[in-house]
Amino acid sequence: MAENAMDRIARATPPGVARKIRGLSDRAIAWIFVGPSIFLLLAINIFPLIWTIRLSFTNFRVNRINAPVKWIGLRNYERILTDPDIWQTMQATAHFLFWTIFFQVLIGFTLAWLINKKFRGNDLWTTLIVLPMMLSPAVVGNFWTFLYQPQIGLFNYVVAFFTGADPSSFSMIGSIDLAPWAIVIVDTWMWTPFVMLICLAGLRSIPDSIYEAAEIDRASKWRQFWTITIPLVLPFLMMAVLFRGIENFKMFDLVVQLTGGGPGSVTTLTSIDLKREAFEKWRTGYASAYAVILFVTIFGLASIYVKALNKVKER
Amino acid sequence: MSGFSVNEPSRRMKWFAGILVVFYALVTLMPLLWIIATGFKSPADSIAYPPKVIFRPTLEGYVNLFTTQTRITPDMEEGLEPPKNWVEQIVRDKGMVIAGPSRYVQRFMNSVIIGFGSTFLSVFLGTLAAYAFSRFRVPIKDDLLFFILSTRMMPPIAVAIPIFLMFRQLGLSDTHMGMILLYTAVNLSLSVWLLKGFIDEIPLEYEEAALIDGYTRFQAFYKVVLPQAMTGIASTAIFCLIFAWNEYAFAVLLTSGEAQTAPPFIPTIIGVGGQDWPAVAAGASIFLLPVMVITILLRKHLLRGITFGAVRK
Repeated sequence: MAENAMDRIARATPPGVARKIRGLSDRAIAWIFVGPSIFLLLAINIFPLIWTIRLSFTNFRVNRINAPVKWIGLRNYERILTDPDIWQTMQATAHFLFWTIFFQVLIGFTLAWLINKKFRGNDLWTTLIVLPMMLSPAVVGNFWTFLYQPQIGLFNYVVAFFTGADPSSFSMIGSIDLAPWAIVIVDTWMWTPFVMLICLAGLRSIPDSIYEAAEIDRASKWRQFWTITIPLVLPFLMMAVLFRGIENFKMFDLVVQLTGGGPGSVTTLTSIDLKREAFEKWRTGYASAYAVILFVTIFGLASIYVKALNKVKER
Repeated sequence: MSGFSVNEPSRRMKWFAGILVVFYALVTLMPLLWIIATGFKSPADSIAYPPKVIFRPTLEGYVNLFTTQTRITPDMEEGLEPPKNWVEQIVRDKGMVIAGPSRYVQRFMNSVIIGFGSTFLSVFLGTLAAYAFSRFRVPIKDDLLFFILSTRMMPPIAVAIPIFLMFRQLGLSDTHMGMILLYTAVNLSLSVWLLKGFIDEIPLEYEEAALIDGYTRFQAFYKVVLPQAMTGIASTAIFCLIFAWNEYAFAVLLTSGEAQTAPPFIPTIIGVGGQDWPAVAAGASIFLLPVMVITILLRKHLLRGITFGAVRK
């Protein structure tokens, strides 16, 4: 069907045009094919980025279009880097990043290891486990606020059922102590399957022959696990961590819907803080500098990490 | 080979692993089942303590989701006709009348239009670019590919500031066109990387044979490579669609009415006196179910899609 349509298009092409296309060199075709994508990315990603960098040196505010825009050099950067509130949001982000990755790696790897035991029906259960990560974080995050309601929420009920506490005695998203963990729990629930899938691919890539050789050498199962399984899965695991690290550094939708950054500012991750500066306080220049700092941080950390990852892969 | 592998887990191990995994799966699916169940609860049942597992299913949540209602005032009561159908009956039982349709359908359609529009564009552009990257010697190819990938690392909020300004100037804010272009750009990294992997796997020999037979490059591309890459293109399209479907940050910042998609809308569904959880759950169910079904159908390609083609099974 598709081919017929293509034939028709080809026949309908005026001979002049066809001759021109036919005459194109591979190099020209390559540029025609790549060009539109690069153009779109330049227009919607790079141009805005350059604009952001430019704005970051000014005191521009979107809500005061007519106010004179002053070039203030590095003042925005200076103010951001010396602002204790921003360091607090960085701490909240670090807490979120560390614990989500910790739990996702721990649970994800364990699950992958168990699934790799090839019990009957493991495919079906793997598919079911994967479901949460494909869903809209904002919509699901919003519903979790319902599960987290004191008294009527399912989460509180289940926790109370097993611990004997009063389900209305604690509020996961209302308490300063619990809210940072509330967002860790939901993110872990959502993204553990991601780490699991990648680990599973790693485990399945290890050829049986290596274990057979180890068995002949009388290596214990425990030793096999630490000297074969772990080193060979490590590059996969590190890649999973890279993906989760970048994604969670940018985290916005899930947490905004869950806690909105509160109570106080204990769950105000950097993206949420940035959104407030840019779209609620309308300090455009200041927020632009903030955005540049974030981007440089992500990019820098990711590059260092990728170097380490490549070293592990080479081993 | 005797068919025996030293790596074959023992029977007891399999049972142990199976029970733990099934237990995890059941726990992890609870919130999703709860969303679907809550959609069929009455508002009173939805906030009952202890949480109700067994309840009388009602479509009230769905009715509330699709309609706006007003309370019947005493002077309205006389002129009121008896309810014409079950939908009106449900509303009337609460002492309300239907005032009109809600905005949910429109927001849902926005999600459909923007999702499919951006998916089509990003897969179209992505296929061309991926083919070129896969088959031709493009100058600074690796840098370009890395540049394309790096656009994905930017926090959406950081890019949103200038895009907000740019869209305002071009008249693109809160339009379908603006959102389609934006999502296309965001999805391009995914589609180029995934499709390059798929096209790399198609043996060069097919095309060479076609070229020798007198096909031009273009003909070889659309008669030989495209049909071969169809599975890859389809699964790439689905990943792009799911991203656009789920996206929230850009949507909440750059749309407010006309082009607002469902994710920023669903959390704002408010009933009379507080959040109407059955209606929210109903809206979420309708919105999430297609993705769940697609995920199950797509399970073989899942890993590749979520890792930008880095891990192939």
